Amino acid sequence: MTQETTEDRAPSLLLNEEQKMLSKTAHDFIRSRAPAARIRSFRDSGDEVGFSRQLWGEMAELGWLGLQIPEQYQGMGLGFFDLAVVLEQSGRELMPEPFVSTLLLGAQALLLGGSEQQKRALLPGVAAGDTLISVGYEEAGRQQSASLPAMLAKESGDGFELSGEKLHVLDGHVADRIIVSAATSSHRCTLFLIDPAQPSVTVTRQSRIDGMSSAIVRLEGVPVMRDAMVGELDAGAALLEAVFDRASVGLAAQMLGASEQAFADTIDYIKERQQFGVPIGSFQALQHRAVSVYTDIALTRSVVLAAARAVDESPVDVPRLASLAKAMASDTLMHAAKEAIQMHGGIGVTDAHDIGFYMKRAQASYTMFGMPAQHRKRWAELHGY
Amino acid sequence: MTDLEAFRAEARAWVVENAPKSLWGTSASGPFEGYWGGSKCEETDPDLLRWRDLGIEKRWTAPSWPEEYGGGGLSREREIIIHEEMKAIGVPRPVGGQGLAMFGPVLLQYGNDAQRAQHLPPIARAEVRWCQGYSEPNAGSDLANLQLKAVRDGDELVLNGQKIWTSHADLSDWIYCLARTDPSAPKKQMGISVILVNLDTPGITVRRIDLISGYSPFCETFFDNVRVPAGNLVGVENEGWTIAKAILGYERSSIGRSIARQPGSAQREVVARARKHLSVPEGVIPDPLLRDELAALGMLEEAFHLTLARIQQSAESGTPGPEGSITKIVGSELKQRRFELGMKVAGAQGLGWEGPGFDEDDLQYTRDWLRSRASTIEGGSSEIQKNIVSKRVLGLPEGKK
Repeated sequence: MTQETTEDRAPSLLLNEEQKMLSKTAHDFIRSRAPAARIRSFRDSGDEVGFSRQLWGEMAELGWLGLQIPEQYQGMGLGFFDLAVVLEQSGRELMPEPFVSTLLLGAQALLLGGSEQQKRALLPGVAAGDTLISVGYEEAGRQQSASLPAMLAKESGDGFELSGEKLHVLDGHVADRIIVSAATSSHRCTLFLIDPAQPSVTVTRQSRIDGMSSAIVRLEGVPVMRDAMVGELDAGAALLEAVFDRASVGLAAQMLGASEQAFADTIDYIKERQQFGVPIGSFQALQHRAVSVYTDIALTRSVVLAAARAVDESPVDVPRLASLAKAMASDTLMHAAKEAIQMHGGIGVTDAHDIGFYMKRAQASYTMFGMPAQHRKRWAELHGY
Repeated sequence: MTDLEAFRAEARAWVVENAPKSLWGTSASGPFEGYWGGSKCEETDPDLLRWRDLGIEKRWTAPSWPEEYGGGGLSREREIIIHEEMKAIGVPRPVGGQGLAMFGPVLLQYGNDAQRAQHLPPIARAEVRWCQGYSEPNAGSDLANLQLKAVRDGDELVLNGQKIWTSHADLSDWIYCLARTDPSAPKKQMGISVILVNLDTPGITVRRIDLISGYSPFCETFFDNVRVPAGNLVGVENEGWTIAKAILGYERSSIGRSIARQPGSAQREVVARARKHLSVPEGVIPDPLLRDELAALGMLEEAFHLTLARIQQSAESGTPGPEGSITKIVGSELKQRRFELGMKVAGAQGLGWEGPGFDEDDLQYTRDWLRSRASTIEGGSSEIQKNIVSKRVLGLPEGKK
């Protein structure tokens, strides 16, 4: 019989004292400074950025943006697990700040595939909150095959010329750099770092349901040098997959936080709300469904922490645990959000109440980096069936 | 190396050296596996018996019980380490069962010196086997509605009534019962006491109950003027409900754990059945819907094991989380889903009851599938567990049930 992981060899799924402190500090800061209601004000005021650069800068000063960035690039040199602790809290209030674009896509692409020069040029700015980097990988009709983009990189002189269009580029409207995937042969792609301020780059902001901001990024013969490649030539697919794994784990941490907050708000509400002369939370029909959400959240917490730990300590487990975390967190947040609205009743479907934003974010997060069924398919492949 | 690390090395060395090779890889080393003992035990496997004797001699059948009561006098941390090292090579604990897992710890906490001295050492030596007398025909989920009467008569208590779902009562020597000692108490949770009864006492009848699976550990136990010494009452008379809840709490978490088996084993088992019955000896299983269900099962299994690990880690670090209450809900659901899917892939080959045309594994699997329907009922139904989480963890107000 093969010796599989047993309980005593399970990864540590607890926060240490520093991480508990970090979690609490982040919780209190975000709860008071960045409540979910901001999403409504950004939307209604037509804010051109869609989030607060000021707040992003303050979080940089607190050290949160550089938690996982090595010290030689002016980061804190801690782990992905520490970043996940902050991400969970940011998810509780659905913060629209560029965690996913910059910390989970851009910075991870550089950490995993960037040249020394690229890292030195950009990571300190990320940690300082000054530089925003996104990754463009989605294209019309191709969201299932990010590894084979229609965007073309044509060899030209010492470099390449990029042409094509990326959709849903998170924070593309304010990004200082965008990393795009482009086909460098009939069946291989490469990642390129571009400056969207260059001529022949058109960035058009998209309006979304979930309070996040994204853009259509159109490239028309944009010239780049070879040193703009992120990772090796023709090695874009594998690099992108590794980036998506980490981004999935980080997003799952945000979804865990969002699930927890939607659930906590719902429990508070059903304890207060009276019908038939009693709190509706005394009805067993609601109680058992509430426990079902609670159970999903407890399971999701375990897989998210295990996946975040694996990024730091056990890279070989990252693909399967990332898929597990993304699949489960997506389903859990969807479940929590749907029940949150139902249990809030009529007020839950009004724009005036914040709980609807959790539903919208649930759908957005569900579709990002692969839906649960795609991750289950990958899980099956990784387990040999 | 810390003391605990040194102890782990010592425990590992002892287990590896002494556990009979035939037992390796046969068990998840939970509290309800392996040899249960008692005077009616007919176990003949020499390796199980040798492992039992070695465990008793080492005093590692009840590692954390005080030495005066037949235990090893070790800390709870060391006991966990011993069990982890047994689990690491997949051997059962030298002795398992309710006496060690549930009754003993409760007697240590609530019993008096005489009761502990009388009952604990024979449990640690596997000489006496215990069963639980809780449920009654009209006291299932509503356990506090129990009606087994115990009336004082001089130095004795006289018991009349019936228990049901008394697992292994036919193989046990003693039963710990919940009985009503004060029928006039204002609340049904009051007036209940815990009473210890030797199953050989005149007036007791034990009858087996067959389940839909064709067999079962369950019995009905009838009490007809059964007289036991008044000293067999544990703790404070009429305040047995507190003890009952303590035992139930332990039962909940240990059922969840005992379902756990080895991480990944449910997925492997069902994938193997799919390969066998669908003639896909290797590679991708072509039916994408089936593959999706298999992966969903595998994911739930992994999440369950990681959650068990997380709960155990937080208990060790001194801050037990409330998540412990969900292990029974999730564990029993996982077990049912595993068997449901394992039956689905077998198609008509899963329909055999006995005889020709079906192999032994398939016949057993079908019986186990049927048995698994009880897992969301026994030890407190899933609905009762949800009531408990709702009230104690979520703090939701009690309403009409």
